[in-house]
Amino acid sequence: MSDLNIFREEARAWIRENAPRSLWGTSGSGPFEGYWGGSKDLEADPDILGWRDRGIEKGWTAPSWPKEYGGGGLSVAHEQIIHEELKAIGVPRPIAGQGLAMFGPVLLQYGNDEQRAEHLPKIARGEVRWCQGYSEPNAGSDLANLQLRAERDGDEFVLNGQKVWTSHAHLSDWIYCLARTNPKAPKKQMGISILLADLGTPGITVRRIDLISGYSPFCETFFDDARVPAKNLVGELDEGWTIAKAILGHERSSIGRSIARQPGSAEREVVARARKHLGVGHGPIPDPLLRDEVAGLGMLEEAFHLTLARIEQSSKSGTPGPEGSISKIVGSELKQKRFELGMKVAGILGLGWEGPGFDDDDLEYTRDWLRSRATTIEGGSSEIQKNIVSKRVLGLPEGKK
Amino acid sequence: MSGHTAPSLLLNDEQKMLSKTAHEFVRKRAPAARLRTFRDRKDEVGFSREIWKEMAQLGWLGLQIPHEYDGLGLGFFDLCIVLEESGRELMPEPFVSTLLLGAQALLLGGTGAQKKALLAGVAAGEKLVSVAYEERGSRDFRHVETVARASDDGFEITGEKIQVLDGHLVDAIIVSAATGGGAPTLFLVDSNAKGVTTTQQFRIDGQSSAIVRFENVAVALDSVVGELGKGAALLQTVFDRAAVGLAAHMLGASEQALADTLAYLKEREQFDVPIGSFQALQHRAVALYTEIALLRSVVLAAARVIDEQPEEVPRFACLAKALASETFLHVAKEAIQMHGGIGVTDEHDIGLYIKRAQATYMTFGEPSQHRRRWAELHGY
Repeated sequence: MSDLNIFREEARAWIRENAPRSLWGTSGSGPFEGYWGGSKDLEADPDILGWRDRGIEKGWTAPSWPKEYGGGGLSVAHEQIIHEELKAIGVPRPIAGQGLAMFGPVLLQYGNDEQRAEHLPKIARGEVRWCQGYSEPNAGSDLANLQLRAERDGDEFVLNGQKVWTSHAHLSDWIYCLARTNPKAPKKQMGISILLADLGTPGITVRRIDLISGYSPFCETFFDDARVPAKNLVGELDEGWTIAKAILGHERSSIGRSIARQPGSAEREVVARARKHLGVGHGPIPDPLLRDEVAGLGMLEEAFHLTLARIEQSSKSGTPGPEGSISKIVGSELKQKRFELGMKVAGILGLGWEGPGFDDDDLEYTRDWLRSRATTIEGGSSEIQKNIVSKRVLGLPEGKK
Repeated sequence: MSGHTAPSLLLNDEQKMLSKTAHEFVRKRAPAARLRTFRDRKDEVGFSREIWKEMAQLGWLGLQIPHEYDGLGLGFFDLCIVLEESGRELMPEPFVSTLLLGAQALLLGGTGAQKKALLAGVAAGEKLVSVAYEERGSRDFRHVETVARASDDGFEITGEKIQVLDGHLVDAIIVSAATGGGAPTLFLVDSNAKGVTTTQQFRIDGQSSAIVRFENVAVALDSVVGELGKGAALLQTVFDRAAVGLAAHMLGASEQALADTLAYLKEREQFDVPIGSFQALQHRAVALYTEIALLRSVVLAAARVIDEQPEEVPRFACLAKALASETFLHVAKEAIQMHGGIGVTDEHDIGLYIKRAQATYMTFGEPSQHRRRWAELHGY
């Protein structure tokens, strides 16, 4: 047996022994599913907190990070095996979220020793939760148009401006954001820097945004003469755009993977809803056209999972390439199709917003359907992803946008 | 996936080398333009026997055939690597009739004697075998009008099969015919047997085929392939494999049609810029690329499953063939559209792709049939 196969046996045994039974089958084990940690999310479930602690002890909250930063010191291949074994029984990662999936890898690559030592262990232990400050009111798809000003004043930067779509900023402790440090740079992609800010800094305020679903996972974050130590600059001054693109690469592949959940789960979910709402027990779905659509969804889902597996098997380096864009495009479309079909089979019973005459599962499903409309927009819209693939993979010439 | 880990979807070093060699061979020796030549001269064969023979010498026809029949004894996965490359130039050589139908039927249901008589010849490129199952009056292979009446020392087969791939060229035909009770049985028939007549047919995709008529063709008891009355089940397992192999061919064809289209988008200028700089075309090209990426994963998985997880073959065969059909036809239609006027001329090769796409779409089950079976396999 190869080393990796031996490790898989060990990982499987450890996970099955240590993951509380109540968490089995509750998750697709993606990087954003589960408990995100931090000082503001007051999780009370002892099983979730216990699982977090076992993960920290083992170094498996961040398996491929160096041990000195609270990681497991393992290779990316080993980390993948751990995640596969979690997924196999539907157990969430001990800690999930932006810090582990996106900010940590960037700090490992671009941060200095002091920054790594300060921030990474707190992420690996779930003590500090991070959010991302990228988009602004006038910088969505055209992200490089961002205007958050950061002016150097002694050994501080003074921040003024606004970020939007800062996910879960109200539950986060720190933010990593893109700021304009040189407004006179010849191109708008130049003169951008990455700065880290404690959200408790005077001058920073957070306001939640209500979505069509009624959920409010996103916030607006305002900076009004907020002062941040100059040592919180990551990488070189004015050269943050390259790092930003690397973070977006991680984000895209993470979103793609986090949508994946358990193979076959979208199909099973829609079939279960069809049976519930069409009253057909365990027999075939009687409408052949509807059955055809459900099977089409199931096939797309299987093809998507196989493609994720192929990407993982072939990416030895662990650096997400343009394939991340494909997984985001397909994953987000799959998610929308799943909810569309799930709504279709419910008929008018899927129309409830709240109150009597609707059951809780259906009410939640309807909200999730509305929420799913954002998946083809957030983390770079499908159109932006297609621009990237067109240029970077297909080599088509750049044109007017 | 019912298992928790996906099958290995990567090629090993030998397989990568095979893929590269086959790619170069096909692109250099077997350009799609040959299809036009064969068609215009109403070629009786419709493919190149020399190229077939050369591929045999390279070991490619016997990749999956066991050592005892002079093959290389490798897997169906390896065969699919060559099939994928054969699709790039829409090769009309008898891959489907002989390697995907005839050989698989023999491997799955043939007696020792039947295999011994034919498989070594198949691997050597000297023998062709097809399966005759399509009939004019039925689109369901489980229902056959052709009958096999019991005689003193065997059966007498009477009926007509249509679009038998390479039917006028093969050495042996495996034919489905109804035996007692109407259930089909498969019989191995020598093409030169008395009462067998063939008429060459010409299809849009240039794949050689023929009407094969059987008039009181006498066959011995030992010509039964598989079990008496169980021909439908055997055919289904043959079609499952053939569907995956054909899907590999369709994957290669889709890849090449997209590659040719991308080259055209970069070279063709209108409004003083390459038309590939237009976002309306870029996004459609990306959609094709994405579909093909999904199809590649599915074909690799299905081919691997044939070698390693027999119980999963029906599910993966449905998946691979349904996706290959939708993807290839979509790519072929878009390829023509993006080529503009030149795309609908007989002179340009891109139009050949839609013809093969339509033909393969209709072969071994249309996508809706595969989705229905998929739903049944998944219990709904």
